[in-house]
Amino acid sequence: MASTETTVDGNVKDGNDLAGLEAGLDALETVQTARTPLRKTFVEKILPPAVAVLLVLVVWQILVWAKVTDSYKLPAPSAVWDEVREAWLQGTLLDYIWTSVSRGLLGFLMALAIGTPLGLLVARVKFVRAAIGPILSGLQSLPSVAWVPPAVLWLGLNDSMMYAVILLGAVPSIANGLVSGVDQVPPLFLRAGRTLGATGLRGTWHIVVPAALPGYLAGLKQGWAFSWRSLMAAEIIASSPDLGIGLGQLLENGRTANSMPMVFLAILLILIVGIAIDLLIFSPLERWVLRNRGLLVKS
Amino acid sequence: MATALAKAADTSTSVEHAARIEHVSKSFPGPSGQQLVLDDITLDVAPGEFVTLLGASGCGKSTLLNLVAGLDKPSAGGISTDGRPALMFQEHALFPWLTAGKNIELALKLRGVPKSERRDKAEELLELVRLKGAFGKRVHELSGGMRQRVALARALAQDSKLLLMDEPFAALDAITRDVLHDELTRIWRETNLSVLFVTHNVREAVRLAERVVLLSSRPGRIAREWTVDIPQPRRIEDAAVAELSVEITEQLRGEIRRHGQH
Repeated sequence: MASTETTVDGNVKDGNDLAGLEAGLDALETVQTARTPLRKTFVEKILPPAVAVLLVLVVWQILVWAKVTDSYKLPAPSAVWDEVREAWLQGTLLDYIWTSVSRGLLGFLMALAIGTPLGLLVARVKFVRAAIGPILSGLQSLPSVAWVPPAVLWLGLNDSMMYAVILLGAVPSIANGLVSGVDQVPPLFLRAGRTLGATGLRGTWHIVVPAALPGYLAGLKQGWAFSWRSLMAAEIIASSPDLGIGLGQLLENGRTANSMPMVFLAILLILIVGIAIDLLIFSPLERWVLRNRGLLVKS
Repeated sequence: MATALAKAADTSTSVEHAARIEHVSKSFPGPSGQQLVLDDITLDVAPGEFVTLLGASGCGKSTLLNLVAGLDKPSAGGISTDGRPALMFQEHALFPWLTAGKNIELALKLRGVPKSERRDKAEELLELVRLKGAFGKRVHELSGGMRQRVALARALAQDSKLLLMDEPFAALDAITRDVLHDELTRIWRETNLSVLFVTHNVREAVRLAERVVLLSSRPGRIAREWTVDIPQPRRIEDAAVAELSVEITEQLRGEIRRHGQH
């Protein structure tokens, strides 16, 4: 990384040369950071989880060989793999995934659009906070499955009911994340902003929102986890031929068909999608924000 | 070099002070009723003047600065300033989500400088604090001294007539602080800015100021004033600076001792 014009030349011997002195101080105190080499990333970040997955597969296979239980209760890894291949060859594998992921992401985006202004309102307006703040954080501990029966009665067995359940699960997390993000904004930033003339809406936009971004992102991450969980609960409980087969229905179908490989396949896919979305969208976003602020500690 | 900061005050003579503090008192609710923190402070800062407010802990010097900055209201008395003052804190208070340059641009934007001019002005201000080329640096990539210089550039970006400084160099190491004293004196002389500088460091006060105002503690009252006519640029180790510092320190210690007597 190029340093900031810090060429310390011969004029340092002149103790009165302020510019040279300052350049020297700057050069001495500036921390140089380098990117981690690819090999190190592989050994430290990719290898450990790969080993863990491999270990689970090995233990699983050993349990099957040892016949600890009947094969219809614990299918061999190869049986699950066959299920994957079959679904892939029939072209239904991606359909299952896409049905659920598109619902989940659309529901999450709606939750984002509702939860963000709601969170800002609760964080910034005292009356609103006193009125609905406690309810909002209480709602977070209510399992979203509880919303499925009323949602079915209100809206019937259709997509709107799924979205309603997602919203009820995810909006409180997103709003609460933003509220705690705003609460954690250092008062010094607010004072500095006010002396610069950032008051009212300008203060909110230029100071409060960017300062609260790390907390907000943590809320979004949790909001996605809640969206996904709520959706799976809704899909498992409320299956109907009109709804199309998502991962939740696949799981439920596996149970009714007494097909343990299909059940395993569904659970694996639900898990993988949840992890993939987090790994592909939220983690990079979070790390980018933290790295920009120098908050990401390199070990 | 300082053309970006050219003062409008040069042409107008309608205001003869950068800040006028008249009979200001401030009290806060305490455990035993209202606690008086500042008692009847009257102080003028002339245009282009450098005044340091000196006092031990609890003298309310930061409170007074907050009042002048308009972040809080006095319980009694009045404060008028020539425009909104700029304020620098002990912590750099730079926004970590912006680069050094963008921090300065934000101050320009909030002041209403059009977008097309902001970049050049920000670069100019960085050059003034001798941080040319640091525009794209993140705050955490800068050293403590560099951060305070960017904070100074951001405060200058407000183009205020008055710069309020709340112990801005207290957290820096001695060598860096020394350099920043030189830097601040140079910039003050180049821009004819008025400065009200709060510190508890007697030598720093004498090194920088044209006038040193000593506050007594609990409640804060103006105890005494000294005019410092040692020619600039001074050094903190100058004999004249040391001599006056000894005198002021004696008085300061006397003020502090009074609190142990009852």
